[in-house]
Amino acid sequence: MSTQGLTYLFVGLSFALYIGIAIWSRAGSTRDFYVAGGGVHPVANGMATAADWMSAASFISMAGIIAFMGYDGSVYLLGWTGGYVLLALLLAPYLRKFGEFTVPDFIGERYYSRAARIVAVICLIFISFTYVAGQMRGVGIVFSRFLEVDINLGVLIGMAVVFVYAVLGGMKGITYTQVAQYCVLIFAYLVPAIFISILITGNPVPQLGLGAEVVNEPGVSVLQKLDLTLQDLGFAAYTAGLKDKIDVFAITLALMAGTAGLPHVIVRFFTVPKVSDARLSAGYALIFIALLYTTAPAVAAFARLNFVDAVHQTDYQETPGWFSNWEGIGLIGWLDKNDDGKIQYGAGAPFEGTPAFNGERGSSGERKLTNTPTDNANEVYVDRDIMVLANPEIAQLPGWVIALVAAGGLAAALSTAAGLLLVISTAVSHDLMKRTFRPDLSDKQELAYARIAAATAIVIAGYLGINPPGFVAQVVAFAFGLAAASLFPAIFLGIFFKRINKQGAIAGMLTGLVFTFAYIAYFKFMAPELNNAAHWWFGISPEGIGTIGMLLNFAVAFAVSAVTAPPPEKVQELVDDIRIPSGAGVAHDAH
Amino acid sequence: MAESDDQRQADDAHVYHHDEAGNRPVQGHHDAEVIGEQAVSSYWRANIRLLLGLLAVWFITSFGFGILFVDELNKIPFFGFDMGFWWAQQGAIYVFIILIFVYAIAMKRIERRHGVDDDA
Repeated sequence: MSTQGLTYLFVGLSFALYIGIAIWSRAGSTRDFYVAGGGVHPVANGMATAADWMSAASFISMAGIIAFMGYDGSVYLLGWTGGYVLLALLLAPYLRKFGEFTVPDFIGERYYSRAARIVAVICLIFISFTYVAGQMRGVGIVFSRFLEVDINLGVLIGMAVVFVYAVLGGMKGITYTQVAQYCVLIFAYLVPAIFISILITGNPVPQLGLGAEVVNEPGVSVLQKLDLTLQDLGFAAYTAGLKDKIDVFAITLALMAGTAGLPHVIVRFFTVPKVSDARLSAGYALIFIALLYTTAPAVAAFARLNFVDAVHQTDYQETPGWFSNWEGIGLIGWLDKNDDGKIQYGAGAPFEGTPAFNGERGSSGERKLTNTPTDNANEVYVDRDIMVLANPEIAQLPGWVIALVAAGGLAAALSTAAGLLLVISTAVSHDLMKRTFRPDLSDKQELAYARIAAATAIVIAGYLGINPPGFVAQVVAFAFGLAAASLFPAIFLGIFFKRINKQGAIAGMLTGLVFTFAYIAYFKFMAPELNNAAHWWFGISPEGIGTIGMLLNFAVAFAVSAVTAPPPEKVQELVDDIRIPSGAGVAHDAH
Repeated sequence: MAESDDQRQADDAHVYHHDEAGNRPVQGHHDAEVIGEQAVSSYWRANIRLLLGLLAVWFITSFGFGILFVDELNKIPFFGFDMGFWWAQQGAIYVFIILIFVYAIAMKRIERRHGVDDDA
């Protein structure tokens, strides 16, 4: 069977599985819809959390980013796993004991304030929609490259599948499809990584292969060879970073706190039966996540090595099929600056901007570009997102592996999209409708609103996927920065510091939010030409500014709380209650 | 019976009950008990001590070994890696997993000792 036939088969089978699970696990109540009835086994929840968390960015983009950033890519590896330590130790168990349905529920009740709840809802919706837009781009790339359908049709098919299981099953449907999606995506990630590790080093474990010696070159390890190869081409050494230490530090911390504060991850821990399960489940989740995250740096290094090997000094006409395939959808571009018909690869951008084709073919048969060339020797433009998807083809693996990777990429994008759409719909039906504007809603009515909100959110997400706003790639920093500067501190302080009151929490959240938003907006949109270390405050880039936003949030929350009235007795008792895993409450007076 | 109900109501005046929450954890054998302030505060202190210790390890392995001291550690070869690079792209992640399980297991012990565990 052809690779494309296999891809249709794998993707079709996986979609049939997801829909089958959805029909089996319909939601009957709001508790089913919001938290899967609160009875999910910690291991199953760990898998679902891993699929929920690992998005198109983790599956498709991360290894590609690391491949091109080398050591600097560590910020993503550390930031997106270290956040689980914060989540497991500081947030998840207490929020589970709190026993409500949403993150704004906690902020609203702990800070006895409708305003605090609304601020939390706004943060949540903004963060989640930013994130969803990225997933849709991932779905579009996979469909257009591997199934050769129009990107728009691809997005519509993806939306239809999510619609069935998210609207029918709510959290219950999502949980069990995410378990299946985790299995698909991890299998799809590991199989090519193992193959390639064996090809390059002879060691089947990619985590060890990364440090192993290259086959046929005794005494030279993969990383040494990569350092040498890249330095020959004019790049910095792979294992050394270019970013300033303070920036690496700030980005890592912002990503960690942001991860712990992401609503769609937090609510997954509302689905386990009890407090101790929430802690265990975070541990299982991190094991499942680490399987991919410790493999990614190996995939990155192998991919970079293979890419240089396959491309540099190769005749365009002799390049393998994948090169012209990706060129066909504009993610690779080649400009034959010295007219030798061979591809020269090196440091620096080959030309200004992203490839703009004029529809004609050059003398070697390449798609002709209209971009202005730069004066370095590099002739190749390559989009980082293709590294994982193209990796099996670059390493000449069999067709079924390529088909598997397509199914895995879709599983990663769809599982995360579903989790995000669910928290958006819950925020609307529960926090805005039931808790704020229509407290008289019955459970059935609230459930109906949740389904309507989920359907609406899917339509909006689909629209964003088909007409991606130009700034999507620019605003990823927003989601983590804002979560780190607003939601994470508000929840953390609410649990560990009884004295933090309504005024302090709201002032802190708004300070963190406005500061972070303004800093990112200034450097990303208003003055992008100033977006470099010389102009950044303390040398911290917009990606890392959430760390400063978080510190400001803490400072303001403590200062304002200190000069205003302490929270009411009932709220202090609430804090006592969530701090202990069981019991009917804490006796304060021993009379 | 009536007397214990009275007792219960008298206690209620000083106890926060969050019974109306829609997603309370499942029943544990301590659920009916009102727990003394002293047990709770010594439980909480033990928890904070444990947290601080584990977070110190979390910080040292990721921010310390992987970022702040990466150049010094990179001078040490480690199974084909430079050691600082290994901590940043592999080692810290393994430590994170261990930390969470250590916390889960140690907390269970602390909770049982103070009579606040959520065992069935």
